[in-house]
Amino acid sequence: MASTDIGVDLSRYQLGWSDEEDYVFKPKRGLNDDIVHEMSWLKGEPDWMLDFRMKSLKRFRKRPMPSWGGDMSGIDFDNIYYYIKPTESLADDWDDVPDSIKNTYEKLGIPEAERKYLAGVTAQYESEVVYHKNREDLEAQGVLFADMDTAIREYPELVRQYFGKIIPPNDNKFSALNSATWSGGSFIYVPPGVEVEMPLQAYFRINAENMGQFERTLIIADKGSKVHYIEGCSAPVYSTDSLHSAVVEIAVGEGARVTYTTIQNWSNNVYNLVTKRARVEAEGHMEWIDGNIGSRLTMKYPGVVMVGPKASGEVLSVAYAGAGQHQDAGAKMVHAAPETTSKIVSKSISKDGGRTSYRGLVRVEDGAENCKSHVQCDALILDDDSISDTYPYMEVGSHDAVIGHEATVSKVADEQLFYLMSRGLTEEQAMGMVVNGFIEPVTRTLPMEYAVEWSRLIELQMEGSVG
Amino acid sequence: MSRHIHYAGSANTLPGMAPPLFAIENLHVGTDDTTILKGVDLRIEPGEVHALMGPNGSGKSTLASSLLGSPEYLVTDGRVLFRGDDITDWSADVRGKAGMFLAFQYPQEIPGVSVINFLRQALSARKGVDLSVLELRLSIMEWMDRLDMDPAFADRYLNEGFSGGEKKRNEILQMAILEPEIAILDETDSGLDIDALKVVARGVRAVKAERPDLGVLIITHYRRLLDELTPDVVHILVDGRVVASGGMELAEQLERDGYEAFR
Repeated sequence: MASTDIGVDLSRYQLGWSDEEDYVFKPKRGLNDDIVHEMSWLKGEPDWMLDFRMKSLKRFRKRPMPSWGGDMSGIDFDNIYYYIKPTESLADDWDDVPDSIKNTYEKLGIPEAERKYLAGVTAQYESEVVYHKNREDLEAQGVLFADMDTAIREYPELVRQYFGKIIPPNDNKFSALNSATWSGGSFIYVPPGVEVEMPLQAYFRINAENMGQFERTLIIADKGSKVHYIEGCSAPVYSTDSLHSAVVEIAVGEGARVTYTTIQNWSNNVYNLVTKRARVEAEGHMEWIDGNIGSRLTMKYPGVVMVGPKASGEVLSVAYAGAGQHQDAGAKMVHAAPETTSKIVSKSISKDGGRTSYRGLVRVEDGAENCKSHVQCDALILDDDSISDTYPYMEVGSHDAVIGHEATVSKVADEQLFYLMSRGLTEEQAMGMVVNGFIEPVTRTLPMEYAVEWSRLIELQMEGSVG
Repeated sequence: MSRHIHYAGSANTLPGMAPPLFAIENLHVGTDDTTILKGVDLRIEPGEVHALMGPNGSGKSTLASSLLGSPEYLVTDGRVLFRGDDITDWSADVRGKAGMFLAFQYPQEIPGVSVINFLRQALSARKGVDLSVLELRLSIMEWMDRLDMDPAFADRYLNEGFSGGEKKRNEILQMAILEPEIAILDETDSGLDIDALKVVARGVRAVKAERPDLGVLIITHYRRLLDELTPDVVHILVDGRVVASGGMELAEQLERDGYEAFR
């Protein structure tokens, strides 16, 4: 039997708990000038940032809600906390992190993961970073890895040079909202020629009812450098709606390579409306690996703007939509220089009435000669109640661009299930195996631990809903 | 519909007697609107090799699939017994887990799932042992060698882009690793050239040599696989019924006279 009770479904997740709230500061719900002023003042921000916030707030108010994408009618901007500060100051040492928060991360596996392979951890609890540590070898390489508030204090010129430049506040209504109310997020700077071996990682989590989370991340990869950043999201279950609206900006310098991996597993009441974009200089490479398994509605189209010759971009995405979920995800590739190449691979799975939409734009600008782009989108629909749709957009201003687009829609064949079941696998295991195989082209690009976790999440989604 | 008389007696055994390894009794199988098997009886003791021969449309593959519980077919009468248990209503996974194995005529392609990963999960389901990929890799190396399979084969996606011979060898590899008690080979010889046929037959013989109690049911059109595997009993299936059972001489007669002689 299909389970339609989202709460029951999610309670099987290890992550379905919530800690008691014990906050130092808690403002009222809703958004107005005073709240933004107060937030900026509490953080001790410079004038330019306050100014940036106030201008963004005006733009947010002016812009209408998008008329496309998913159903956003359940978002009540007046019923959201825009800033919650969990502890007085940033903890440098794990011992200084409050126990309730530590327990949360214990369950998320952060300490263990760190011991194993992490180069550094910036874990965001509520709206602000509470634990952040750089490993010594990163510092020795000159890599800067900090939470965004610290970065504004310590590296003001660097931040100001890039902040809001790749995604201007007015890009869309939600980037304007984030620009006005952002708190937390990561800042990374990788010096020229430096290759960061281990992936850098952050965990995000919403933990207060109706708590908006508006983190802001900026990654600057200087000439010839290389870095992989992993963002893993999980959230406990709540009964009322919640909003997550992040902005992630990435500057990829000449010949640099950046990989940004997201595993998004918000609880099924969260609106996840995120703007992510990279600007890539000559011969640089940007890769977005984007997995969306949770949330009520996700609208996310990681972008790559290729501004230098021979720059390239890739978006590999997986979306899973179960009961009551809509994943509206895709990619945005802008070829603004000659000989740039892009690739989009989108895999979506819909089940129990869920809906997945691929929405992608490939734009080749005038004068951008000899560009190539390939789009592959595959949808797997697991039952007759579920939906998948595709919205590919192409704007080609150059006559010699080579653009390919392939799309498939498939179902799991009864013969496949029988074959696997005859070897002793239950129907759910067989279904999980076929689905994991379907998304393997994306999961194989993940570090082993993440690939395993991702497969496990898919298997959990198959449980108790077959037959 | 008249009841078929069992030539081999009922599988219901007297106290103290071991039940047969595998017994099919008066099996009627069809789809929603057609009856394909019209009362099949067959009994396999531990260690026996049986062959079932029949022309196209006689119901051979229907029998193979329905013995593993394919949801495509409906059992309308009769029953199937495995080690004395009536398994007629068991689902495919429970049968597989219990020790039944079907080497498919058309193995399914499962894109994105490597042979080794599939074997690992199947072995875990069948035997309850969780081997690491490395441990499993080591333990299948010998079998892959016997089946003339390249070690790189383990990392290919299950049956995707496999040649006919590779698919059949992969089925035998699974049979060797999963250690069933009864194995049904559904036209394992079809589409194989003589060299590939010999490799596959050698693999089956090797599995049999290691596990002498394994019961085998070979379903085939042709005699050539039987020459390699020398069955104890040969059955002829025509129009949904076993019309004759005997030794290898039946296969020889078939080759000489064709199926017409058995209609």
